[in-house]
This record gives sequence, structure tokens and C-alpha cells, in this order.
Amino acid sequence: MSNEWEIVIGLEVHVQLHTRSKVFASSSWGFGKEPNEQVDPVVLGLPGTLPVVNREAVEKAILFGLVVDAEIPEQCAWDRKNYFYPDNPKNYQLTQKDFPVTMGGKVEIELPGAARNIMGEHKWIRIHHAHLEEDVGKLSHSGSGSLVDYNRAGVPLLEIVTEPDLRSSAEAAAFLNALVVKLTQAGVADCDMEKGQLRCDANVSVRRMGDIQLGTRTETKNLNSISGVRDCIIYESKRQIAQIEAGNKITQETRGWNAEMSRGYVLRDKEDAHDYRYFPDPDIPTLKISRETVNRLQKLVPEAPFDRQRRYIEKLNLPYTAASVLIADKALADWFETAVAAHPTNAAGIANWAANDLLRELSAQSGAEIGSDETPAVKISLDSCLIKPAQLAGLVKLTDEGVISKQQAKEVFTEMFKTGKDALAIVEAKGLRQNSDTGELEKIVAEVIADPAVAKSIAEYRAGNEKAINALKGPIMKRTQGKANPVMIDQLLRKLLG
Amino acid sequence: MAEEIYQLSATEISSRLAAGKLTSRAVVEALIARYHQLNKKIGAFTSLDEKDVLAQADASDARRKTGKVLSPLDGIPVAIKENIAVKGQPLTCSSKMLANLVSPYDAHVVEALKSAGAIIYGRLNMDEFAMGSSTENSAIQKTFNPWDLARIPGGSSGGSAASLASGLVPLALGSDTGGSIRQPASHCGIVGMKPTYGLVSRFGLVAFASSLDQIGPMARTVADCELLLKVLATPDARDMTCFDSTQRSQLPVATEKSLRIGIPKGVLGKGVGAEVAAATQAAIDFYKSKGATIIEVDLPSSELAVPTYYVVATAEASSNLARYDGVRYGHRSSNAKTPIEMMTNSRSEGFGPEVKRRILLGTFVLSAGYADAYYVRALRARSKIRAEHLAALEKVDMILSPTVPTPAFKVGEKVSDPLQLYLEDIFTIPANLAGLPALSVPCGKSGHLPVGFHLVGAPLSESKLFAAAQLFESAHSFANQQPTL
Repeated sequence: MSNEWEIVIGLEVHVQLHTRSKVFASSSWGFGKEPNEQVDPVVLGLPGTLPVVNREAVEKAILFGLVVDAEIPEQCAWDRKNYFYPDNPKNYQLTQKDFPVTMGGKVEIELPGAARNIMGEHKWIRIHHAHLEEDVGKLSHSGSGSLVDYNRAGVPLLEIVTEPDLRSSAEAAAFLNALVVKLTQAGVADCDMEKGQLRCDANVSVRRMGDIQLGTRTETKNLNSISGVRDCIIYESKRQIAQIEAGNKITQETRGWNAEMSRGYVLRDKEDAHDYRYFPDPDIPTLKISRETVNRLQKLVPEAPFDRQRRYIEKLNLPYTAASVLIADKALADWFETAVAAHPTNAAGIANWAANDLLRELSAQSGAEIGSDETPAVKISLDSCLIKPAQLAGLVKLTDEGVISKQQAKEVFTEMFKTGKDALAIVEAKGLRQNSDTGELEKIVAEVIADPAVAKSIAEYRAGNEKAINALKGPIMKRTQGKANPVMIDQLLRKLLG
Repeated sequence: MAEEIYQLSATEISSRLAAGKLTSRAVVEALIARYHQLNKKIGAFTSLDEKDVLAQADASDARRKTGKVLSPLDGIPVAIKENIAVKGQPLTCSSKMLANLVSPYDAHVVEALKSAGAIIYGRLNMDEFAMGSSTENSAIQKTFNPWDLARIPGGSSGGSAASLASGLVPLALGSDTGGSIRQPASHCGIVGMKPTYGLVSRFGLVAFASSLDQIGPMARTVADCELLLKVLATPDARDMTCFDSTQRSQLPVATEKSLRIGIPKGVLGKGVGAEVAAATQAAIDFYKSKGATIIEVDLPSSELAVPTYYVVATAEASSNLARYDGVRYGHRSSNAKTPIEMMTNSRSEGFGPEVKRRILLGTFVLSAGYADAYYVRALRARSKIRAEHLAALEKVDMILSPTVPTPAFKVGEKVSDPLQLYLEDIFTIPANLAGLPALSVPCGKSGHLPVGFHLVGAPLSESKLFAAAQLFESAHSFANQQPTL
């Protein structure tokens, strides 16, 4: 029997959809309001009130489906999930049990590569379905009693259920990163985990490598960060393997996760499982989804991030790293493509500026951290960016044409970022234009060669030390105040030194 | 004018107001006097804000003076069942659970009545959360049948029916889940209609069984009932099951050929009182004499209607009533240490026995392992009942039967026998299960007690039903009847 273990993971991801009002009520919602400020008679479940499905929420859910190539059924319907808890205003939750808004679908993920600049393995994770339901309120306990805030109650929640296709904590993290990028780029959700806009339940089981049958799974509820999901999977898979290796059986149970302690704990076992007494909600008729709606929403689906990555690498000859940075932020990638359209011959040069210098400056401006685990999509705003895409293209073009050196370009870029002026205007104003006058440069090069101070370097070069030629370039630059075209200097030196 | 104001129909009041022979204030003052004289005895009203209704009457009279009359109902009092939301008024559902609840909003029907200028006139007793057929399940008070004060008025809209029969108000709103408008209408000798499911918005009607509940008009004449329904039946985006204007425009046009009336096979047989059967037979004979074709129809699944109803209605009720937990509003137990204990105790203390019985039954029929045997099967039976009715209504314009098998029983007589009580609704339940319009029209007496017959029509055929009822009413003396009190 093999001693190697395979971990099998399925995720249930709960995402708050980006909508103006709640899913079955006209009350607005958002972060940072006083408790129970965002409620109305429908949200509070006052007697006689009825739910009305928010069209925007349904359309966002459909858009999600289209983004992951899901099937959009002709109709969807809501069921009541009955359970008593004070944060649940009606003591039933409206959810979709039998007729969810989207069926199937798949998400492409990329695993970490061997190094930061090497592309990792790509893999497709299947989605089972996604259903649209209502969020519940928040209960808090204090010494004097329990308090409940219904601001979150009725917020549209899309529950995305994967197939058990994930095989490691790294794959789970990669999946969540890819999902967040897709959801935010399509405008389906903001996925701000610090605001609880994305929460996750992890179903974990283990089996011996090569086994066909799945092991008994446990479900850990309410993981609210990608690192939490990763830590929980590592913890839970180790726990299960240790149990089995000790000759014990895994109990099918629902578990909680203590993020501070990085430890899981049992919430309830199978015997205590709730009987939710689902039945079709009689207040909401079956909703028909017209193909016109689906076709209209299909037009809003952005290019898949990894399709974009492949296009950048294969068609635009971008290095992997720059391509990966750009595709993580749709606005930045769009910005980049506008710049490329203005100067199509050096996409890699533009990408280099956009993915490094521009992103660094923008991040510094907004105080965001680049590429941390919890912010896979770097949160920058191009709205306040003074450099327009065509202007960056102009800078690259000046460099490509040899008008300014790469060193000079850095200086010009800094000025452009601060002022939003055109590169050429800055070059002119600062007198940065690179000297490419062959006659003038040849005269200067000849004068420097004649200087006895460099005689030793010339001798070394002539003796075969290629690098010795560089010692001659400094004095030439000094004489031209750094404006000499370095390529031409190199050529002239080699010519004159024979 | 020999007639007293309290004896006038709404249509009559409306024309007298229009002619300047009467003011709304005079109407309201007369009804308030009648209220003081009789309500203690009848127990129909749970509350009446005299100052408020007089102010509404004065506002209506002022509109009339300046020629800004809003509708034929302007200035006419309409009383409201305790389970329909009126902003700033109690919404108790005749339950201890909601004894202190004041509604912060108006039901759609109340908004509609207000914009028609009607006077929102007092609140009417009912069985707790509309569960019952005698109004004996009210936690507030008892209501008695004006025709015999030792008897029940029917239920759950017993307050509505009794208020009309005793001349306390000319128009009232009821709600009907399995017969709660039509059964008390029959017992109190008035007209009551349950509209097609979806015709009247349920927004603001406290849910008992959402797929069956409808608000409907109750009055002493067919014309009054139709007048009131016209105001109630408007589109409302706040109820997704309420027809929009497109669906409403697909109303079947009354093709006035000769009337075809279906009589369910054996409907006047077992369990139907002799005088009820005779009065119903007389109604059938009347229609025959007017040229109607009488056709026997077979509705074999109707015998499943009562058990089907008590599965579907209780299942939905168990979920609908889950929200009453003392957390946000309503009765809260002072005897609890944890939130869950507080919820449990609040419910144990706040609900009456019939409500608890139905919550338990509904919870059971939805439970894992039982749902397939009960709830899912009941849904299948429901579809069959609906299909049979729709098929029959292809051949006939309406189906006629008694409204209730027997006349009003004595107070307390069936309290300990819920199964016997559930049979009160045997003729009325199929219309709810099938979502069809139905009404009860007075057609005679069983001894001193009124009896009504029942008409069920195809979806949205309300006007046809009213026309047939009007034909009967015009030829008989049961219109606008009131006992001497």
C-alpha cells in the first residue's frame, strides 16, 4: 500500500454581489454604517412583508455564470431553508436548492512556478453550480446580553460550489485568487475579504494515492481569508491523515476554524445535522431567464485573465512576469493595451514601464501593498494617474528612436508621473535630447582617446580585454553632460580604436 | 327615508353622498352610535379610533364640497381584518404574540382604499393568525353570530362577517386561505368573495399560507362586494405573485351566451344538512328557470381537498410563523437566560393551541423522511385538484355547491373536535388549492340561520360570478339582510 496521501478539496465560496440594494428588498447596503441603519420592513421580516427579487442581483449572478462558462438554465427558483437563529429575521433563509441560477462552469488557475519569473502549472477547476441567496445579520454577545445587527441581512450572496477538484492548499489558494480576479474584473463583486465580502467553507478529505473512492469529508465553515483557507486545509488534512494512520475513522462533521490559534474544532457531528425542511418559497414565482438577457450580459464578459496572459506572452512577446502582473488588474491591462495601440512595435517595452515603474508609483501613491496574498488583484486606481497611455507610448518611442537614453527616460518618467506632461515636452524643457551627431561625437571621442590618462585602458582593450573599453565611456559622457548616445559612442570607440 | 343609516348598502350611501342627501360625517356618527350600542354584544370590532374616523369623514366631506371626490367609495367606511397592515394601527392577528405590534406601513389594499377616499374604519376580530372556522381562536375576544348570539359567526373572518350582518359597517375586508371569507359570509347571511389568486396584492396581509391566502371583499349586497373588489384589485410590484397589468388585461370577456352551471356529482349528499341542501337545490332550480344549462361535473379528487389543504397550509404556516420569536417585535418572554431560550419561551407563551397544533403539523410534514409522504404528495394532489377544476370549467362557466354543509354551530360546540371543525371548509378549500375565484351568496335559511351557496369560476372570471350572483340576488329577498338586534 502506498504511503502517499492525496488531499481532496471542494470549496463553497460565498460572495456578496456588487449591487445597490439588497437581494429581496429595496434597502441599500454597504460597509461602515451604524447597526440596523440599513433595514426596512422587508429586511426585518415584519408581518405582511414580501420579498421581491432584485433584478440587478440576478444579472450579476448570471454574469458570474457567463464568466466561468456555466450553463444559465431557462429558469431558477428559490426555496426556504428553515432554521431558528436570532440573526435570521424570518427564521428561514431564501436560497436556491433545486433550481440554481447557474449550473456547471470552470475556472482556470495557475499554481506557483519554480521561481517568480517562471510560469507555474495551469489547471481547470470545475464549478458544480452557483446559487443566489440572502445573507444573515450579525449576532454579538456582551456581558449584559446579546445584540443583533441586521445591516448585513438580505445582502445578495452568491454561493459558488466547486467540484472536489482541488488537491492542495496551494491549489485552493490559487483557485480563490483566480476567482477573485474574475469576479472583480467582471464587476460581479468587490471581494473585499476584510469587509467579509468573500467567505469560504472548505470540504476536505484524504485518501491513499491511487484510491478511487473518496474518503470521509469534513466541512470547515466560515473561513474569511485566503491564508485561513490554506492554513485550515493544511491543518485538517494533517489531522485526518494522523487519525487514519492511528487506525481511527474520520467522522463526517461540521467544523469551525480559529484563525488566531490556527486550529480547527468540531461544531457539530452528523447526528446533530440540521433538518432545514426545505420547500419552494411560495412568495417568489419561478423566475424565467430570457435568452435576450443572457446575450446582453454575455457582451459584458471580459477576456479571461489567463487568455490575456497567453496572448501577451505569445502575440506581444511580453515576459511572463510583466504579463502576469498586468492581467491581475483589468484596468491596468486595458491601459497597457491602449498604450500599445499608440506604439505597437515595442509592447514589451511598454509592459516593462507599466508593470514596474508605473505600478510601483501608483501603489506608493495609494499605499497599497503589491502582490500580497490577500490582495491578489493589486488595488490601485488609474483614475488619478496623470500619465495617459499614449504619453507612456511616446516615452518608449523616444527611447526606441534613440532620442533619449534609458537613463534619461527614468528621469523623464518621474517628471511625467508628477506633472502629466508629454515626454517630448519634458525632454525639450530639460534639454535632455541625446546627442547623436556623428561628426560632433567623433570629434569628442577622438579627443578623449588622445588623452594620456586613458592610454592604459586603450592598451588593455587592444590586448583583448573587451571590458576595458567601458573606462573610456565615462569621460565622453562627462564632456557631453550625459547626452551622448551610448550606442553610437560604443560604435565610434571601436571604429577609432581599430 | 324610513331606513336607518346602518341599514344602507354602500352603493346606496354612495349615491346619497353624491346627491348631497347625506354626509360622510353623518354616516360615521350613526355607525359609531351603533358600535356603542352593539359591539360589546357582537364582539366584531377589536378597536375603533373614533376621532380618527371622524377626521377621515370630515376630510371626505371637504373633498366633496370642492368637487374633488376620489371614487364612488369616497367617504364610505371600510372595516379591516386584524391581519391587514394599517400604518400606525395595531396588527395583532388576534394573537397574544403580536398584542403590542403597531404596523409601520400600509398594506397595498389599505393604500388603495385610502387613495379611493374610503374611510379606514376600525379593526375586526378573527381567529388567531386566521387559523380557524369560528373566530373562537381569537386571543382578544369572542365574536358572536348576529343571527343567534349563542352561535359562532364562522371564521376566520368572523369579525368581518358579524360586523356587516349587525349593521356596524357597510363594507369589510377579509382574508381567505381555505374559506375564511366565504364560510363566515354564509353563516352571517352576507356576500363574500375570494378573488383569483394573484388578483389582489398580499403585501401587508400577514401570511398564514402564502400560496393560498387572498384578501377579498365582504358586503351585504353583490353590487357592494363588486364595488369594493374593483378598488382592491390593482397591480402591485411588492407582491411577485400579484398579476401585473398585462396579465390583468387577459381577463376572459363575458360572452353572454346561456349560463352553464356545473354541479359536482353527489354534492348535496352525505354530510349536507337537509335545509342547506334544499336552499342550494332551490338556487339550482332558479338558474334553470332563467335558462341556465345545469351540467353534472365530476371532480373525483375533491375528496382529497381537506387533507391536502391541511398539509400544504400547515407546512407554509410553520415557516411563515417562524419569524415570531420575540427578537425584533412581538411578545418576548421575560423568562429566559439565552437568546435561543428566549425565542423558544416567547413562542410557547405567545401562540394559542390551534396555532401551535398547525405549526407542529406543518413542521412534521416538511421533516426529512416525511416530506415525500406528506408535503410532496399533497403538492401532487393539489395539481390534480386544480387540473380537474380547470377541465370542468372548460365545459361550464361556474361550479355551484353549498358554501358550508351545515349552518352556524353553537359557541364551544366543536372546540374539542378540530377534525369536525376542519370539515366546515370542505366546499371552499378546492378554490384556494386551485387558485380560483369563488363567492358565497345568501340563498335562504336553515331555521333562523342564514345559508349561502357557493360559486367557483375560471381564473379571473370574477365579473361572471358577480353577474350570476346578482341575477339570483335581484330575484330574492336576501340582499342587505340584517337580523333585528
